[in-house]
Amino acid sequence: MRDTILYDSAMRLFADHMSPRLLAAAGEGVWPADLWGAVEAAGYLDVLADGSEGMVEAATILRAAGHHAAPIPLVETILARWLCHACGVVPPAGALTIAPVEPDDRILLVGETLGGRAGFVPWGRDAEAVVLIAEGRLYIAPRSRAGYELGANLAGEPRDALQAVGEDVASVPLADAIDAELLLRLGALLRAAQMAGAMPASLDLTVQYANDRVQFGRPIGKFQAIQQQMALLAEEAAAALVAVENAAIAVAEARPSAGLAVPAAKIRAGEAAGRVAEIAHQVHGAIGFTEEHSLHYLTRRLWSWRDEFGHEGYWASALGREIAAAGADGLWPLITAS
Amino acid sequence: MSAPFRFDPTDLPPECEALRSEVRGFIAAELTAGLWSPNSDFGSHRSAAFSRRLGARGWIGLTWPQRYGGGGRSALERYVLTEELLAAGAPVGCHWIADRQSGPLLLRFGSEAQRAEFLPGIARGEVFFCIGMSEPDSGSDLASIRTRATPVEGGYEVTGAKVWTSYAHESHYAITLVRTGPAGSDRHSGLSQLILDLKSPGVGVRPIVNLAGEHDFNEVVLDRVFVPSERLVGQEGGGWHQVTSELAFERSGPERFLSSHQAMCAFIGRAGRSPERHIAEGLGRMAAQLWTLRRMSLSVAGMLQAGETPNLEAALVKDLGNAFERSVPEQVRLLAPERRRAAADDGLERALAATVLYAPSWTLRGGTREILRGIIARGLGLR
Repeated sequence: MRDTILYDSAMRLFADHMSPRLLAAAGEGVWPADLWGAVEAAGYLDVLADGSEGMVEAATILRAAGHHAAPIPLVETILARWLCHACGVVPPAGALTIAPVEPDDRILLVGETLGGRAGFVPWGRDAEAVVLIAEGRLYIAPRSRAGYELGANLAGEPRDALQAVGEDVASVPLADAIDAELLLRLGALLRAAQMAGAMPASLDLTVQYANDRVQFGRPIGKFQAIQQQMALLAEEAAAALVAVENAAIAVAEARPSAGLAVPAAKIRAGEAAGRVAEIAHQVHGAIGFTEEHSLHYLTRRLWSWRDEFGHEGYWASALGREIAAAGADGLWPLITAS
Repeated sequence: MSAPFRFDPTDLPPECEALRSEVRGFIAAELTAGLWSPNSDFGSHRSAAFSRRLGARGWIGLTWPQRYGGGGRSALERYVLTEELLAAGAPVGCHWIADRQSGPLLLRFGSEAQRAEFLPGIARGEVFFCIGMSEPDSGSDLASIRTRATPVEGGYEVTGAKVWTSYAHESHYAITLVRTGPAGSDRHSGLSQLILDLKSPGVGVRPIVNLAGEHDFNEVVLDRVFVPSERLVGQEGGGWHQVTSELAFERSGPERFLSSHQAMCAFIGRAGRSPERHIAEGLGRMAAQLWTLRRMSLSVAGMLQAGETPNLEAALVKDLGNAFERSVPEQVRLLAPERRRAAADDGLERALAATVLYAPSWTLRGGTREILRGIIARGLGLR
């Protein structure tokens, strides 16, 4: 069910290849080549090569990546390679990205060229190619054919607006059952997995700080006011973790609950992300608000990731419509579906 | 370092889903016959006749050995049974405490004679238990209780007062925590559990009406009540250990997040099949929380079935679950379209009224929110 060996080895890999210096440099636009090489060598990029049955392993790797705030397009490359494999194309080597990844984005074929909107392509500028879904086909546009206006999320991770895609980009028909909606769902789940990893890491930092920081003659973690807040932080982190792990299983095994589980996981992780970040910062006090302290590498990502691949409001209204359609008597069977 | 808590995903084996269908069929028949109206609060929704019907089906004491009238089934099957009953809003209150707590206590710590005497009647849905723990000066600080059991010929003489004793007036016995010896330095020594026959001479049960105008609480005054020594549960002086060893069972079940379930169902009925965006969004958030809580609760059930004692995880589930069940009426009252507050027969209004008025009790019973968060903080390594 759960892969603790994979989790432990992924945690080691990220711990060995990351440092506050690497995170600071990544924020300045430096590509972490050694870290990327290690992730590639570990085989993580092809975790979904055989399809969504690899989702438990994918979520496990991304929890570890989220725990360390790994500044690389791991979700994006895994999904791009999944799309390529599923549609019978050999994926390009190196880092990849995908589009569209926002609920309102659509890429259209206008005459012979691709147009439309993909306003927030993760790591567009660093990706060797962008793997696009448009009009029932999968397009693979190498970096040389894709123009971006550069942007970033709150954590400084590249989020680039796709401006233009050159003509004559190679494409193949989408395989059965693969479409932009499925890409959005799997992306939402894997972003939620990153959040579910970053939250226990924020908890660890905050527990350690509360036990170390002394005020009024004792560690602040001895004060009930702090303890009550820390309990809430742990509850939120736990809820996100449970939602993500169960949703990953549901997807991997194509269970009946998968339709509800994926939105539920993104909603619950997104709700938790804001609360966890708020409490972690409150307990850390002023030092946690500095660039020098490493808490913000986690919290700025939590604030960003909850908005990506559809925020809580987007998924909640989609899920709510589905539940309303099933009626009052349909709720409990949906909640208890295997 | 990784998380201090663990929630292994739990899969329900096929026999659980078979039981689920059976329970759903039973409930559908009960509802068709109009035998009760749904309310998912395990505490206040009661029917002795329903408990007897459940007992006749073998659905009380489901996990207990068959020689005591139990069903010999797994804890996960009991989980499915209880979640189905609660979600349907069945009146489970009469047998709830005996089924969840008193029976398992006797199985774990009771004597053979106690098991033989009490368990079959509980399993038939005929013998009801309540819990005598809190006292006028002892609530969350349970170890400070003063009700005293003094040794006398053949047993104990018990004097003191218990308070907030839910449904003592409709129960046959109370598992009563008493002081039988000095507190000791840890304050946890010298406590014992007695099976108190509520019909014994010297037992006075006085009603305490709650803010909803209902009589569920009682004050139970004990004036030199004789309790025979064979009614001592487990070890004399072992009461604290016995009380705290079952907390993970009490705190992590579906009753900790389903109390307002009928309000959520009534809301869906009112919202209609294609609600406006803000209504759908509110519903989607509630559903995401409910699904997640059930998965957390099921994880704890799976760990309990595997013989583990996930006390920290159980406290996390209870605090989050109570917060959720309290939040449901708060959201529904704002989101539900076409409120008809004056209509006494309106199902949504009735469900909202019941949940708003009873919600304060949910974050008190079974360990207050503040005590639970203290337990969680200790589990995180903060003390």
